[in-house]
Amino acid sequence: MSATGIGAPVRRKEDHRFITGQGRYTDDINRPGQAHAYFLRSPHAHATLKKIDTMAAAAMPGVLGIFTGDDLAADKVGGLICGWMIHNKDGSPMRAGPHPALAQGKVRYVGDHVAVVVAETLAQARDAAEAIVVDYGVLPAVVDTATAAKAKTQVHAEAPDNTVFNWHLGDRAATDAAFKAAKHVTKLDIVNNRLVPNPMEPRGAVGDYDQGEGAFTLYTTSQNPHVARLVLSAFIGIAPENKLRVIAPDVGGGFGSKIFIYAEETVCVWAAKKVGRPVKWTSDRTEAFLSDAHGRDHVTHAELAMDADGKMLAMRVHTTANLGAYLSTFSSSVPTYLYAPLLSGQYDIPAIYCEVDAVYTNTAPVDAYRGAGRPEATFVVERLVEVAARQLGKDPAKFRTQNFIKKFPHQTPVIMMYDTGNYGASLKKAMEIIDYKGFPKRRRDSARSGKLRGIGFSAYIEACGIAPSAAVGSLGAGVGLWESAEVRVNPIGTVEVLTGSHSHGQGHETTFAQLVSDRLGVPLENVSIVHGDTDKVQMGMGTYGSRSGAVGMSAIFKAIDKVIAKGKKVAAYVLEADEADIDFKDGNFTVKGTDRKLDFGSCALQAYVAHKFNGQDLEPGLKEGAFYDPTNFTFPAGVHICELEIDPDTGVTRIERWAAVDDFGNVINPMIVEGQVHGGIAQGVGQALLEGARYNADGQLVTASFMDYCMPRADDLPSFEVGMTVTPCPSNPLGIKGCGEAGAIASPPAVINAITDALGHEDIAMPATPQAVWRAAQKTLSRMAAE
Amino acid sequence: MYAFTYHRPATARQAASLLAKKEDAKLLAGGHTLLPTMKQRLASPGALVDLSSCADLKGIARKGRNLVIGAMTTHAEVAASPEVQEAIPALAHLASHIGDPHVRHRGTIGGSVANNDPAADYPAALLALGATVVTNKRKLAADEFFTGLYETALEEGEIIVKVSFPVASKAGYAKFRNPASRYALVGVFVAKRGSEIAVAVTGAGEGGVFRWPEAEAALKARFAAKSLDGLKHTAKGINGDIHADAEYRAHLIGVMAKQAVAQATGKA
Repeated sequence: MSATGIGAPVRRKEDHRFITGQGRYTDDINRPGQAHAYFLRSPHAHATLKKIDTMAAAAMPGVLGIFTGDDLAADKVGGLICGWMIHNKDGSPMRAGPHPALAQGKVRYVGDHVAVVVAETLAQARDAAEAIVVDYGVLPAVVDTATAAKAKTQVHAEAPDNTVFNWHLGDRAATDAAFKAAKHVTKLDIVNNRLVPNPMEPRGAVGDYDQGEGAFTLYTTSQNPHVARLVLSAFIGIAPENKLRVIAPDVGGGFGSKIFIYAEETVCVWAAKKVGRPVKWTSDRTEAFLSDAHGRDHVTHAELAMDADGKMLAMRVHTTANLGAYLSTFSSSVPTYLYAPLLSGQYDIPAIYCEVDAVYTNTAPVDAYRGAGRPEATFVVERLVEVAARQLGKDPAKFRTQNFIKKFPHQTPVIMMYDTGNYGASLKKAMEIIDYKGFPKRRRDSARSGKLRGIGFSAYIEACGIAPSAAVGSLGAGVGLWESAEVRVNPIGTVEVLTGSHSHGQGHETTFAQLVSDRLGVPLENVSIVHGDTDKVQMGMGTYGSRSGAVGMSAIFKAIDKVIAKGKKVAAYVLEADEADIDFKDGNFTVKGTDRKLDFGSCALQAYVAHKFNGQDLEPGLKEGAFYDPTNFTFPAGVHICELEIDPDTGVTRIERWAAVDDFGNVINPMIVEGQVHGGIAQGVGQALLEGARYNADGQLVTASFMDYCMPRADDLPSFEVGMTVTPCPSNPLGIKGCGEAGAIASPPAVINAITDALGHEDIAMPATPQAVWRAAQKTLSRMAAE
Repeated sequence: MYAFTYHRPATARQAASLLAKKEDAKLLAGGHTLLPTMKQRLASPGALVDLSSCADLKGIARKGRNLVIGAMTTHAEVAASPEVQEAIPALAHLASHIGDPHVRHRGTIGGSVANNDPAADYPAALLALGATVVTNKRKLAADEFFTGLYETALEEGEIIVKVSFPVASKAGYAKFRNPASRYALVGVFVAKRGSEIAVAVTGAGEGGVFRWPEAEAALKARFAAKSLDGLKHTAKGINGDIHADAEYRAHLIGVMAKQAVAQATGKA
């Protein structure tokens, strides 16, 4: 391993730019003549739009244009789309209502887009928006996930009972039969709390229209600019792809929320042509709370059947998933194909049946948020398994080990074919790190000072490397999920890699360069990574689902193979040898059995000057591209153990120790991987202890600012002890599984299992705030007093 | 934010005259409540009178048995002041735990007291220590100064000049922070001056800061955390919100009171 190659903890190349304020984010983009957009948003969760009077507003200083849903309709601008078709149990397609970028006839959540004002300055736009008179016909709001289907009010006429779909997966008859034969059944009701993503950089957009070229440019905060262009072009109809350039410059975090194509960027790029000026919008934090797609929001009943020995026989799950007021871009896939196929966890469960009812409510749209479906599945599985172990009187580690899948490949009853793994190894290592044997003593020590100590396991699995295109196509995806790469070698041997992946915090500029440096033997600083611009990178699918390593880098790997193959041809001419006798190693082309060699840079120069070969026999230049379509999902898995202490007097939970042992397959940069694990755990702890988006009965978001929505802070977290085990992924050339979401997937059940262990009962929901824990601890104390 | 005119007087007297002359003028101290409210367009004063250049509103001094803190003294200055640390260490401790470093370097004691946010820390200290609020017009005892949620006895055109704290023999402050905002969900300031004992509670009351007579009586018998064992504050008149309902808050008053006494008696 070299100091900068695969496996080296290289410091991130991009960080100097970011921490010295040299990053270039969408809000840093200012176009000549730029105007500003302000969106007038609905203050009501549910209302008809009886009249929108813009007369007075239009006459106000600086106003360039005021547009409503009628203007979009008149221009035949299509609505926002949901890119994944889910079918009901009876085979009929899901029932989706329209999703106009600016409301037409009705508003359906607080923050819904009523109109946009474009003005010379943001303040003028805002002043004018305040002068717009809207006559709302306020309707009752549907807010509650569990009861939305029974509500008298209908969010969309197209979806009776507010139900988008009733979907299922698995063998119902086999599952029911296994439950009948079971000796023990564990049942659990679970709420997976709604979260607001809150990336550090809020969303933003700058739309620009070049009248001479008849072409649009959109700068936007996107995790996948090519998908944005595809949707804006093919479905929304802004312009054909060759007349629409989408640029996602530096992006400050996404966590899924910047995958989707939103109303604001659609309107900005369209309005740029309407007013003949570039149009900019930057979300403020309140708008982000109200209108970024939220995450999670499931209500679940789950059951696990076991035989007399504690061997798992079957699992039965019913989930109601809240999709909000409109179907966001990939919303329908999250509680279905990203969720139920993970319900087997790390366990050999012969039969699984899962039903999912997806509902519309008068709340912000819900879509993928770090982990997307997999944290929800892991929470169900790992809570259920922990409670089952307790009910059976078994040690949670032994119970898990008894039921682990031990032979690979393993076909689960819910689609997935696990390729490789060693779950026992991660569990063993995590138990060593946390000193599981010493826990009873630590618990006694805590008890002596009046504290309740608990320990909680989470043995998670996720499906990453999203995804084989044909497979997802057969499940309803509207796109393929391959990735592209182009490796451009310059005449002096520096390298530019164009990738369809998009970095918004993951450190691609470093890890991708490490791969290139390692394989081509060129210094790290001679490699540049280009991404996020549809004019530079031809096509790509973007970054989410921990796919950039497993899929994005595999495409680069493939393109590098082609570059080396071409280089060998060039070297054969230069070194006057047979191509079959050329080897490439450590940056040098050599002739087998001789000391003749050509370094990579010289080879590149020879490829471009083309003096040593005939252009008819070999094309000049050194530039290769590749598309990589994965053959399977990848299956990162591991075990996290959380140990914590509760102060029953205040309800404060303090996480004392955290062991995380993950199997991500091969690792390119262990420091960056560890950072991803840390951040993921922080978000998972946030979900478990602190974060919860709450709407009141009128559909007002009560937690619409950081004053009430509690983000995790450094002092809420312990020092993580991170370990790794490695079973290389067999389905991609680098053996990579992916690491971006694991922490957020693993951690919530580890925390709640530890809290319920400390409490001695299961009566606590996420977020386990001090108030909730205090109340639950009073129950524990009164039980202890009674004993 | 709507447009406004901006004034930066050099003395409290100039500030008072501007306040009287300008229509719909507001005083700007640290700005931590006023400016966000203006940005959200929930407040739109016609003029801002920025007190940051009024040297006569700044400074910390020990004057006999009193500690006097100028209205425009920042929380960070109070926290770091040797005079405060020596005279009333609990006050320095309180100031060092307000908000975060940014807040502490902008926020001022005068601004905090004038705003009387029900979750602010200082009002509990003023009430428990029996402080006097000195304005450009008069002197007001703390218990007549705080009149309700965000309400004080300050009259139109009145400017807080300084706050005078009698030095206590023992004092302690403990707060339970709102997990999200980190304001005081419940904060209890306990002070002992001779035989006089005061327990003031912030963050919890429906009407803002208040005293807890039962705890004061219990501590009068013996000034020790143990004296509060078994003493519960009623949930009546206590705030409830998504972070803490009245019952939980009332419970925390007892827990924080004990912690504050433990701190005051050097047993924390």
